[in-house]
Amino acid sequence: MERMDAVVVGAGLAGLTCAYRLACEGMQVLVLERGDHPGSKNVTGGRIYLRPLRPYLPELWDKAPLERQVTKEVITMMSAGAAFTAQFTSDKFREHSYTILRSRFDKWLGERVVERGGFIVPQRRVTDLLREDGRIAGVVSEGEEIPAHVVVAADGALSLLAEQAGLRGPLAPRHAAVALKEVIKLTPPVIEERFGLSPGEGAAHLFFGAITEGVFGGGFLYTNQETVSLGLVLGIDSFLRHPAARETHAIFEAFKGRREIAPLIKGGELVEYSAHLIPEGGNKPVRQPYTDGFLVAGDAAGLALNMGITVRGMEFAMASGYLAAQTVKQAKEKGDYSATTLAAYATLLKESFVLKDMETFRRSLDVLENPRMTGFYPAWVCKVMEDVFWIGEGPKQRVSFTIWKGIRQGLFNLRAIKDLLRLRRI
Amino acid sequence: MNPAEKLTLDIFKNDQESHIIIRQEICRRCAIKPCLRICPGGLYSLNEETQEILVEFAGCLECGSCRVACPDGALEWRYPRGGFGVQYRYG
Ligand SMILES: Cc1cc2nc3c(=O)[nH]c(=O)nc-3n(C[C@H](O)[C@H](O)[C@H](O)COP(=O)(O)OP(=O)(O)OC[C@H]3O[C@@H](n4cnc5c(N)ncnc54)[C@H](O)[C@@H]3O)c2cc1C
Ligand code: SF4
Ligand code: SF4
Repeated sequence: MERMDAVVVGAGLAGLTCAYRLACEGMQVLVLERGDHPGSKNVTGGRIYLRPLRPYLPELWDKAPLERQVTKEVITMMSAGAAFTAQFTSDKFREHSYTILRSRFDKWLGERVVERGGFIVPQRRVTDLLREDGRIAGVVSEGEEIPAHVVVAADGALSLLAEQAGLRGPLAPRHAAVALKEVIKLTPPVIEERFGLSPGEGAAHLFFGAITEGVFGGGFLYTNQETVSLGLVLGIDSFLRHPAARETHAIFEAFKGRREIAPLIKGGELVEYSAHLIPEGGNKPVRQPYTDGFLVAGDAAGLALNMGITVRGMEFAMASGYLAAQTVKQAKEKGDYSATTLAAYATLLKESFVLKDMETFRRSLDVLENPRMTGFYPAWVCKVMEDVFWIGEGPKQRVSFTIWKGIRQGLFNLRAIKDLLRLRRI
Repeated sequence: MNPAEKLTLDIFKNDQESHIIIRQEICRRCAIKPCLRICPGGLYSLNEETQEILVEFAGCLECGSCRVACPDGALEWRYPRGGFGVQYRYG
């Protein structure tokens, strides 16, 4: 087989964006995807923020299959029997972030790649890297060798290829969370009425507290055009440290059954159940995302920020795919695909919002992972609110007194003050 | 709804051969057996008689959690062959 300029492994956001850019530059690119079509194996929450991406891909968005633009942000803190919800809307939140469903979105993006002259071969699992004289020189897919000047591993959170290339070890529990998700069908008018939205508008609703039963994580609900995405994220390391925690699916069912959730999905038809890993790469993106003839992008490179209740990975995947393509283009111009040339990729990433944001939020996971963040504090907020709203048999204290008492009891201790100071790291 | 019922809503294209191989001799020494609790599909079980760990690979959502959570590297976990396994319509 003729040597391609680049073989991209994985038709997710990172791989497709890379292939799209390469095809736009007139380079020969082949994408190998193990699923039936791009997107058929992919899961997100989720919402994508377009603003960081527009400078890279200004032309892409007008016809993109975006679900709803998020105009409403909702956060609910939950104790075992109570919940406190804060809701935020702003006129500024226009064309800011959009909910998406990946099976549809990635398929569409794949069509854009093909339109530009890129090749995508679905139902192809890459099993090995092809090596010549010690350098990576292509891939092996079910016994067939496919030579290429560069291999771009965009094979997702587990990235068995980055592992084979020696750029990282197996994914450790500390660096991964498991997400369970249901897609529930309602009708657009019901969604709009239930969530207080105008047509085309959407809500992002995050939940944390007692629902994860002590395990680090949180819940989410995103409104799509005619479905809602409901999910639960659990840190694997934290899950392992809670040997008494129930099965993940049982925790999810209990979450769904909560009084605060059940009415939001009432009458809906469950149309899909999925599960996926999220890299908690916040602390640890792959140190060196390149080697001779090889680049790694997106989740595979650990480029995702899991802040427990909100995840950013899609913009990072697309931007890193784009920058990988820029690097391959430079390498082709030089006629040199060695690590020395491909190292430019690391610099491009560092100069972009991708690694800048990763660095800014690097330590936020440590703060959020504090068990009191999902345990004590949500419960404390709920208790204070309960006291404020409660009218019992006897005389009631002044509201200001009740709140003050709550603050004194909950926050006037060394531990809480330390936690408060640590919040500056978020 | 239990996970088995939920899995019937998904599209699976099943291969004959399992993409998850379990080394039972390692499982026997594993005290906490997190695979039994972490799998979103509830696909792992312990056969009380033989004390063997079983996985119903045909319902696998390919999340990889069992691979990450298994403390002793008892799993030889691969993606199913191209074109097989779960195919999401929404994702
Ligand atoms: C439940 C959940 C909620 C999330 N919420 C958000 C959110 O709200 N906002 C946000 O920005 N991010 C969110 N994320 C993170 C985001 O989804 C990821 O960061 C993003 O999908 C990464 O894209 P990717 O292209 O790197 O990887 P993927 O989308 O995982 O793509 C990898 C591709 O590689 C293919 N592949 C893998 N191995 C092989 C192989 N050997 N051969 C051939 N093909 C292979 C796979 O089939 C797949 O198509 C969420 C993630 C999850 C799981
Ligand atoms: S966690 Fe791993 S070693 Fe333990 S029982 Fe399960 S598969 Fe076996
Ligand atoms: S990959 Fe996920 S769904 Fe499949 S067996 Fe492992 S934990 Fe269960």
